[in-house]
Amino acid sequence: MGLMASTASLTRYRVNGKLGENPIEQVELALKRYRIVEIDNEPLEAATGWTNLNDPFHPDFDGSSFLVASYFVFSLRIDKKSVPANVFKKHVALEEKKRLRESGREFLSKTEKKELRDDVKQILLSRMPPVPHVYDVVWDFENNLLWFYSTQKAANEELETLFLKSFNINLVKLFPYTIADLAMDLPDQDKDILYKLKPTRFME
Amino acid sequence: MLDIAVAYNQYKFLGHEFLTWLWYAIDTSQDDLFKDETGVPYIFIIGNRIVCENIVEDNTVESVTIKGDNAGLEEGLTALKKGSIVTEMSLSLMYLDQTWEFNLKGENLHFTGLKHPATEKVQKKEDMEGALLEKIYLYGKAVEIVDSAFKSFIRLRLSNTWKSVTADIRKWIESADQNP
Repeated sequence: MGLMASTASLTRYRVNGKLGENPIEQVELALKRYRIVEIDNEPLEAATGWTNLNDPFHPDFDGSSFLVASYFVFSLRIDKKSVPANVFKKHVALEEKKRLRESGREFLSKTEKKELRDDVKQILLSRMPPVPHVYDVVWDFENNLLWFYSTQKAANEELETLFLKSFNINLVKLFPYTIADLAMDLPDQDKDILYKLKPTRFME
Repeated sequence: MLDIAVAYNQYKFLGHEFLTWLWYAIDTSQDDLFKDETGVPYIFIIGNRIVCENIVEDNTVESVTIKGDNAGLEEGLTALKKGSIVTEMSLSLMYLDQTWEFNLKGENLHFTGLKHPATEKVQKKEDMEGALLEKIYLYGKAVEIVDSAFKSFIRLRLSNTWKSVTADIRKWIESADQNP
């Protein structure tokens, strides 16, 4: 449900800072530095990084491919692996039996059991293909606004963290209070009224 | 400025009041409120889903959801009469002969299920940039218009007029039985 889909979900942000003198170059460098890294054969549970909107499985930002008129358009990709509990349990049991047979012992210590579980998890994670999730980003550079094509809390938190790390700029989520406070150019006296507002009771 | 998480929770009611006001404004044809920055009018139509919530004395939340293509909205008005406010709403937006559909959640004004007017399918790679710009424009228009309506609400909410608007909304809710 991204930018090119027929239906979308949208969270809006205010970009709370400015890029340097060469914004396109700066964005290109940051996107390249923090692009998604494949974890297919790695013992890792998750990876987060930037990718291309049109070709999310071949991240390549050469030639300012992310620049569309005055917008920076790219995607956040979150790859996740999860080992099903029953698969993990089975492999722990098999490995435990193997280690006992090899050592000729009847029991493993608590520490050995923990090491065994860690080893099994690493092995299974290396074999498991990650599930990719792609969320589009439209950054209206001139107006310091950003749209993120997801309303999922976890995906939004990943965006906020990676954006700050990549561009050294904070994102401020736009919701009723922040729209009124930051996006309306209210005079100070109206802002004072806004800060003191209490809920209205429409019916007594 | 307040901490974002604190502000989000403390002022959640603003979005709920906005949706409640929006329903009133749509139902009582307050057409003069619904114009974009260049004066072009737009129309909101209530969609097939409204969620109303009431926080009762022991801080528990009573929730009423009205959904379905032929759902009557009287139950929603009855809920408002009992002190509820609107927390979610689906809307159609008509602007210059084009239609958008979406759901709005009051507490964050996030758009879900946002459908914009139909666009041409992209046939060639070189048409991609134009298609992206068209999509950005269409999504942006819905955002801009909802923001415009929200800003109209905020201006009223912060003004001395809000008391009389509240009284009008109360009359509208009370008249629900007479105008089903």
